[in-house]
Amino acid sequence: MRIPCPYCGPRDSSEFSYLGDAAPTRPDPAAPGAEDAFFDYVYLRDNPAGPLEELWFHASGCRQWLKVLRDTRTHLISGAVFARPKAEVAR
Amino acid sequence: MSRLATGGLIDRSRPLAFTFDGRRYTGFAGDTLASALLANDVKLVGRSFKYHRPRGIVSAGPEEPNALVELRSGARREPNSRATVTELYEGLEATSQNRWPSLDLDILSVNRLVAPFLGAGFYYKTFMWPSSFWEKLYEPFIRRAAGLGRAAEGDDPDHYEKANAFCDVLVIGAGPAGLMAAKTAALAGARVILADEDALPGGRLNAETHEIDGAPGHAFAAATIAELGALPNVRIMTRTSVFGVYDGGTYGALERVSDHLREPLPFQPRQRLWRIVARRAVLAAGAIERPIVFGGNDRPGVMAAGAVETYANRYGVAAAKRLAVFANNDGAWRSAFAARAAGIEVAAIADVRPTIAPALLERAKALGIRVIAGGVVAGTAGKTLARIDIASGSRTDRIAVDGLAVSGGWSPNVHLTCHHGGRPVWREDIAAFVPGALPPGLSVAGAAGGTFSLAGAFREGFEAGAAAARDTGFAAPALDAPRAEDESVALAAFWHVAGSRGPAFVDPQNDVTAKDVAIAHKEGFRSVELLKRYTTLGMATDQGKTSNVTGLAIMAELTGAGIEATGTTIFRPPFTPVAIGALAGHHRGTEFRPVRLTPTHGWADEQGAVFIETGAWLRAQYFPRAGESDWLESVNREVKAVRSGVGMIDVSTFGKIDLQGPDAGVFLDRVYINTFSTLAISKARYGVMLREDGMVMDDGTTARLGEQHYVMTTTTANAAKVFQHLEFCLQVLWPELDVQLASISEQWAQIAIAGPRAREVLVGVVDPGTDVSDSALPFMGVAEARVLGGVKARIFRVSFSGELGYEIAVPARRGEDLARALMAAGAPFDITPYGVEALGVMRIEKGHVSGNELSGQTTAGDLGLGRMASTKKDYVGRIMAARPGLTDPERPSLAGFRPVNPAERLRAGAHFVPVGGPADAAHDQGYMTSVAYSPNLGHWIGLGLIRRGQERIGEKVRAHDPVRGGDVEVEICAPCFLDPKGERLRG
Ligand SMILES: [Zn+2]
Repeated sequence: MRIPCPYCGPRDSSEFSYLGDAAPTRPDPAAPGAEDAFFDYVYLRDNPAGPLEELWFHASGCRQWLKVLRDTRTHLISGAVFARPKAEVAR
Repeated sequence: MSRLATGGLIDRSRPLAFTFDGRRYTGFAGDTLASALLANDVKLVGRSFKYHRPRGIVSAGPEEPNALVELRSGARREPNSRATVTELYEGLEATSQNRWPSLDLDILSVNRLVAPFLGAGFYYKTFMWPSSFWEKLYEPFIRRAAGLGRAAEGDDPDHYEKANAFCDVLVIGAGPAGLMAAKTAALAGARVILADEDALPGGRLNAETHEIDGAPGHAFAAATIAELGALPNVRIMTRTSVFGVYDGGTYGALERVSDHLREPLPFQPRQRLWRIVARRAVLAAGAIERPIVFGGNDRPGVMAAGAVETYANRYGVAAAKRLAVFANNDGAWRSAFAARAAGIEVAAIADVRPTIAPALLERAKALGIRVIAGGVVAGTAGKTLARIDIASGSRTDRIAVDGLAVSGGWSPNVHLTCHHGGRPVWREDIAAFVPGALPPGLSVAGAAGGTFSLAGAFREGFEAGAAAARDTGFAAPALDAPRAEDESVALAAFWHVAGSRGPAFVDPQNDVTAKDVAIAHKEGFRSVELLKRYTTLGMATDQGKTSNVTGLAIMAELTGAGIEATGTTIFRPPFTPVAIGALAGHHRGTEFRPVRLTPTHGWADEQGAVFIETGAWLRAQYFPRAGESDWLESVNREVKAVRSGVGMIDVSTFGKIDLQGPDAGVFLDRVYINTFSTLAISKARYGVMLREDGMVMDDGTTARLGEQHYVMTTTTANAAKVFQHLEFCLQVLWPELDVQLASISEQWAQIAIAGPRAREVLVGVVDPGTDVSDSALPFMGVAEARVLGGVKARIFRVSFSGELGYEIAVPARRGEDLARALMAAGAPFDITPYGVEALGVMRIEKGHVSGNELSGQTTAGDLGLGRMASTKKDYVGRIMAARPGLTDPERPSLAGFRPVNPAERLRAGAHFVPVGGPADAAHDQGYMTSVAYSPNLGHWIGLGLIRRGQERIGEKVRAHDPVRGGDVEVEICAPCFLDPKGERLRG
């Protein structure tokens, strides 16, 4: 399996470490109900069968966190972008 | 001798001597062990798995279920080697398997008499009860009676390699379709890899007698290979089996580099595991001829029809002197004619079909071969085959033969097409499964797709090669397809001769009979997956290459569901067995994984250090001196030396992370539970970080070198994990923070000196004029200084041992210089190098937590660090750490433990139970995490997690250790055993 790192080009998946679903975002810790929101954020995942945007870390490469679009049924990887928003990357 | 006078692709000028079961024989270069055995009239080559029935060679390829031998001897002995693909070499040693005392006379063949008990479901029914019988009685019996060869006892003396290859088009199989596909793609300009498991590419072209463009098939194959070999964009890999299709166009292949040699040449691996990444691949792996099941079908002398033809044409061997053919298809007739042409007498052709094509009948008549249309084999006789009975209508013919060529049609090698979950599709017209949904990028050509004629193979090979070339950006060339026969492959599905005499084997390797399939059906195990597991059909080393389809066809007959509805079991990689040695490659023994050495490793080695693996690192464990009787004596000396004088230890293995940027302080506040933005420049602080679920992730000291510059240390074990976590926080959680991270673990060597005399040693290595007095460099102070005459250094006044201590960091290449300089400067104070054991003793004496306590299941509160947590800010893990379960006062928390009887030893892992109470899970109060012998206190001490630990100081409990038989009464005490006020480290 290869991941097209936007910085390094297509690289073998063994260079990356995997985190999981990229969708959950860290809740506002000051908002009401933060405890429930954090419980969801830490533990609850959808586990869809199909395309899923996931976080991968290019540990043996550019050390960038990537959002990789992978089909969980076929392992087909159809793209990867930096997890850091564009404006921040450019800085 | 059964060697034909002429013919075959063998080199008769190169005789090769070999032994089988200790007897000497001779074959020729180009032979397999199987062809050489047949040439020497050796028909009995093994005993079967369960019933120890005599077995002979049935195939001429990798599908062989019977002719499995032990190859070589000693540490190179390899069981279950298929004689049919074992290339003969000078001095080859082979031994038959599964027989005792000899192949000819096998005592365990009485298993046949108890066959009713060894039938389907035998393992499940017989060995269920009582379970205590399993270890002593059942398992040894099964292993003895039903073994399949013996593994070598010694370490494998050979080595194995792993390699990667990349190409536009991978062609799997170098038969007619594969050759054509490779040639087409190669001439288009694509980078092509052509892999074939045989040493001699060509596939069926080497086995049959086709004429192509006026030349013999094998000559055409050789010419094509020569042509391809001359192209710079083609790589031909022979003796290479592609065994698996993985994600993203990755293919696993095993190259048998040296298996055809007595032992590997110097510096050559035995086998090489390839990972081939191909943009497109063409599967041209051909088909396997399958048997027809009838009573006595396992008698040596019964062979696949194509195998008889292969032995005659490729090896110049007559597999029989007088042959009969039993078939359901036209192809087998050509095998019969080929055998006749090679000089083998063909007594009869029995075809299950009542009507035969006139052309075949004419040819048989011309050759004087008797034809029995609508005939089936009703029984066989002889130790090796001597007679067959053919039933046709109401009559039975007894025919004396020593060979029977059987063909039930051909099964395409669809295995690789199923590795991504595709299921094969049944094709009624050829009575075979063909590939269904294909893995992305893979196409199929020739017999592997169910196209059995030679002209069809060429045509599909060309089309697949051209398509693969186009898909990878190359224009397909105009090529003339070779002129070849579009021979008839007509067939009538036929699987099993019902009512034939004697056991009828479906899977000869696992001794599964047609009756076993019927039993499975009767007992309700009708799904193919259940059939497989209940009867063990297809579960042997050949994975049912010849038996799967027949087995499920018989089941389909019994259920009446039809073969398509019955379906196949799931095919998973590998297609052929892959030795563990090949999968491991060079990763064995001390080369199992890379080892990291500290910058002072060479120096420590000179000092006689004993090293220990800690994660990927090799660290000095202790430094024994002459006269010391064991490690504890050395460690006690090292600890005392530090506490009374001074010692030094390499701590370079700690993770070191450089953080710079205007938001570095804010960032640290968000990842640590305590505050770092307020830390003064040139100061260090101990920090604890949590995971987002509220558990402690890591700890360490972080120093502030400048307004926007911090240096963090992590534990050795978590260095990579923490760095990845920090990058995650920065890139994903808070991209708005302006902070840059760099791992500097490799760049800096770091040595700790500790003990009352530490400052005096430090003075001896810093450059003149450097003030390291207590006021200039107080406890938790940091200084950037020069040492060793101008070498840039960072000095941290921190302590893990509880003594006055400094950690001195210098560029990694100067680490060893620093060690020597410290030894010289410390000589007047008898400076003592110490290892991680002494370090561990001293941290336990001080109650500092380490890896055993940072288990991923402990909170900051559990470890007595709860008060460090800031309430004025948010940080990773704060919200979840407040959950009731994580703040429950009943949670086990950190405490110290000392034995009530000071002579008793403590053990890590012991569980705490009440004194006088039961030692069971219901009364478990926690466990001991770390223990050490304290030479300063003169007894063992421990740290542990115990319920409400901090409130129970002075209470006594038992440290119960059933695994090692220990049960020690201990007193709960504060975790810090020595200098609780920390006066020593401020000295
Ligand atoms: Zn990268």
